[in-house]
Amino acid sequence: MATEHSRTAARLMVSPAVILLFLWMIVPLAMTVYFSFLRYNLLMPGMESFTGFDNYYYFLSNSAFMDALVNTLLLVGGVLVITIFGGVALALLLDQPFKGQGIVRIMVIAPFFVMPTVSALVWKNMFMNPVNGMFAHIAKTFGFQPFDFLAHAPLASIILIVAWSWLPFSTLILLTALQSLDQEQMEAAEMDGASWMNRFIYLTVPHLTRSITVVILIQTIFLLSVFAEILVTTNGGPGTASTNIPYLVYAQSLLNYDVGGGSAGGIIAVILANIVAVFLMRMIGKNLET
Amino acid sequence: MGQITLSSVTKSFGDVTVIPPLDLRIEDGEFVVFVGPSGCGKSTLLRLIAGLEDTSSGKIAIDGTEATDLPPAKRGLAMVFQSYALYPHMSVRKNIAFPLKMAGLSPEIQAQKVEAAAKVLNLTSYLDRRPGQLSGGQRQRVAIGRAIVREPAAFLFDEPLSNLDASLRVSMRQEISELHQTLKTTMIYVTHDQVEAMTMADKIVVLQAGRIEQVGSPMELYRHPANLFVAGFIGSPKMNFITGAEAAQQGCTTLGVRPEHIDVVEGGPWQGTVGLAEHLGSDTFLKVNVAGVGDLTVRVSGERMLRHGDPVSLAPQPGKLYRFGADGKALA
Amino acid sequence: MARKTTQTRTAVVTVAAWTIGLLIFFPILWIIILGFKSEGDAIKTPLAVLTSDWTLASYHEVQERSNYFLHFMNSVILSLGSTLLALVIAIPAAWSMAFVPGKRTKDLLMWMLSTKMMPAVGVLVPMYLMFRDFGLLDTRIGLVVVLTLINLPIVIWMLYTYFKEIPGEILEAARMDGANLRAEILHVLTPMAVPGIASTVLLNVILAWNEAFWTLQLTTSSAAPLTQFIASYSSPEGLFYAKLSAASTMAIAPILILGWFSQKQLVRGLTFGAVK
Repeated sequence: MATEHSRTAARLMVSPAVILLFLWMIVPLAMTVYFSFLRYNLLMPGMESFTGFDNYYYFLSNSAFMDALVNTLLLVGGVLVITIFGGVALALLLDQPFKGQGIVRIMVIAPFFVMPTVSALVWKNMFMNPVNGMFAHIAKTFGFQPFDFLAHAPLASIILIVAWSWLPFSTLILLTALQSLDQEQMEAAEMDGASWMNRFIYLTVPHLTRSITVVILIQTIFLLSVFAEILVTTNGGPGTASTNIPYLVYAQSLLNYDVGGGSAGGIIAVILANIVAVFLMRMIGKNLET
Repeated sequence: MGQITLSSVTKSFGDVTVIPPLDLRIEDGEFVVFVGPSGCGKSTLLRLIAGLEDTSSGKIAIDGTEATDLPPAKRGLAMVFQSYALYPHMSVRKNIAFPLKMAGLSPEIQAQKVEAAAKVLNLTSYLDRRPGQLSGGQRQRVAIGRAIVREPAAFLFDEPLSNLDASLRVSMRQEISELHQTLKTTMIYVTHDQVEAMTMADKIVVLQAGRIEQVGSPMELYRHPANLFVAGFIGSPKMNFITGAEAAQQGCTTLGVRPEHIDVVEGGPWQGTVGLAEHLGSDTFLKVNVAGVGDLTVRVSGERMLRHGDPVSLAPQPGKLYRFGADGKALA
Repeated sequence: MARKTTQTRTAVVTVAAWTIGLLIFFPILWIIILGFKSEGDAIKTPLAVLTSDWTLASYHEVQERSNYFLHFMNSVILSLGSTLLALVIAIPAAWSMAFVPGKRTKDLLMWMLSTKMMPAVGVLVPMYLMFRDFGLLDTRIGLVVVLTLINLPIVIWMLYTYFKEIPGEILEAARMDGANLRAEILHVLTPMAVPGIASTVLLNVILAWNEAFWTLQLTTSSAAPLTQFIASYSSPEGLFYAKLSAASTMAIAPILILGWFSQKQLVRGLTFGAVK
């Protein structure tokens, strides 16, 4: 259904969005590229000079970079694993008939509404604090030594906090998908003699694949840029134990005022994200075709 | 007024030509049916006239005015869609009033016209319902109502009855025919159902692969099909086609004879056995295997108690044989 | 599909679901409780907390110490403003892609989504400097623009999936009925897509409300939304549990209530229109 009139109109109407997004993508990025080749410190305005690839060299050869890269991948991977396995399990459970489904569902969704700064602060102080936190109280009750989560297992703790925020999302998507599973298909399989396990493997899992892809795509977008949780809980520490790339770039440019170095880091982050993106888009593109 | 002329109109999507150059003239007040198998381009042709698609080349004129590049809203035509395309968020009243509102008519005039249309279509008591609360037939009427309030130069129908059940289809068919009698406005009606075409049309346009196979009144097409395609498409059950020696004997490549033009008689030229007998009460359809000719469908009126395996002797009615040449065209 | 489920089975599922549901919800429940306790009681053992007296003191103190209402209004303006602005840009774009698809439409959508993939840190420095140079730091207008651009791809994507469910014939009918493009979108498409638009708005209000990168980087006080307001409790005030809890409750309550009241649209929205 398209005439020349409507095609012209369509081009006209899609262009504001395209132009805005293009500018949004290209202008700051071009500036970042430019800065990344400068020696540029906010504390010494007017002293900018061209340094070639020095900023990149320093950023990449800094041991903090490798740490941050590994931490970023662990954070994304860890949260994905928890939310997908947890989400499938939870969705299967909530799909069963039981009393008070509506209320339980509301409780399960709730963490999604909690802003990152709040969830991070609450977990840090009320639960993981080694003196007054809930976990410390529980440990003491059973006669154990309280564990200082954020000091001794900072990254794992942050993964836990972020996973808590994202579990509702994956659960809901997977639950919606489960509910659209054709019941007759399940009954047919049962008549064919498939056990519960077989039905799960051969019918449920393939049916969920598309939704899982969506979960991975959307969560990865957000998880690659986890920032507030780290800022509020550990400030990336101790050392670089919980620094991810966004936090490293932030620290470099706005805490150390090293705009050049920060920009180089930013460009590296963009390149890494693009590698992930290409990989993801391939996967998604294939799965979303239908 | 509603006289529409298509001159050398073509349509292609990319490399695929859907409609090769086509000329057609539709007279004011005519009920024209485009009929053909699915994918024959009949709906595309209708959408070209509506302005929902651009022509690739050629010209469309409505009442003598060039309309090829006019947007649909400016052509003064109304269309009834296959899915009715009612606005689900508006009441029946608002649905019917929508074109009037778009034309900028005053609310009083809108109300007046909606009431009048509702009366004609027996919708008065449903005016405040939403389309979702109506039956298929009622939705169909709303769609027609929305079309008639515009007082268009011509109505376009795109397979409007295909979503209705069989009995409703017959009564809606009659309603649309009556509407045409009353309004005397040009109607262009697209269908794949030859029965609809035969019963409603003043003029049938038979299409295949975007090409017009034949144009004519229903009985012209029935009596004088121009080619094998039209002969096979018009009439139900389908015309029997006989090839081989039997056809050669008559000096043609294919010999056609309609089921209703074959009689079961003693000592006829074709001897066969009944394969299948369908008793409808008023008619009996026989599938007869005739040696040297093949399977023939025969329509016998009344209750003829023949069964599988019974031997019969058949004779075609004189003067009702159609002869077609090697190119599929009818031979005089 | 009436299926006999034994009562024991239902009971087991009920207990399991409620236990897990409560566990997941517990942190939120806990801060709501702590907010109504005195500072002294709030750091006691969990059982002692529950049995201690209830008080509104922390809420009073939070309100006195920092201007909750200002930050609340900032959050409202930022999230609603950016969502509505995005909607105005996205509806025509989604209309184009859903109803006049071309060979490149899929690629265009993927490209739009890929702009979301670009990590914000990549452009942090220039954005910060541009905001500084244009005097936009700590202003609402600057942040509304940034949040609009961040969420625009998601808004377009969601509207696109919802619009695709609307049969094109209805829009064609509107065209035949004499509607111009504006009328077609305003009187036919938008009203029909209300549920989808509602889900989109809802999800994006939540995303914008909880956005905690740009809001933390580009605001300090007068335009600071609730994310920044809470971040200021990071330390050492974080050790004042009751006040932190009261402030947190106030920061999340509006969106929590909004979310609960519109659960149905939200579930649809949460799936980004990608799962039916």
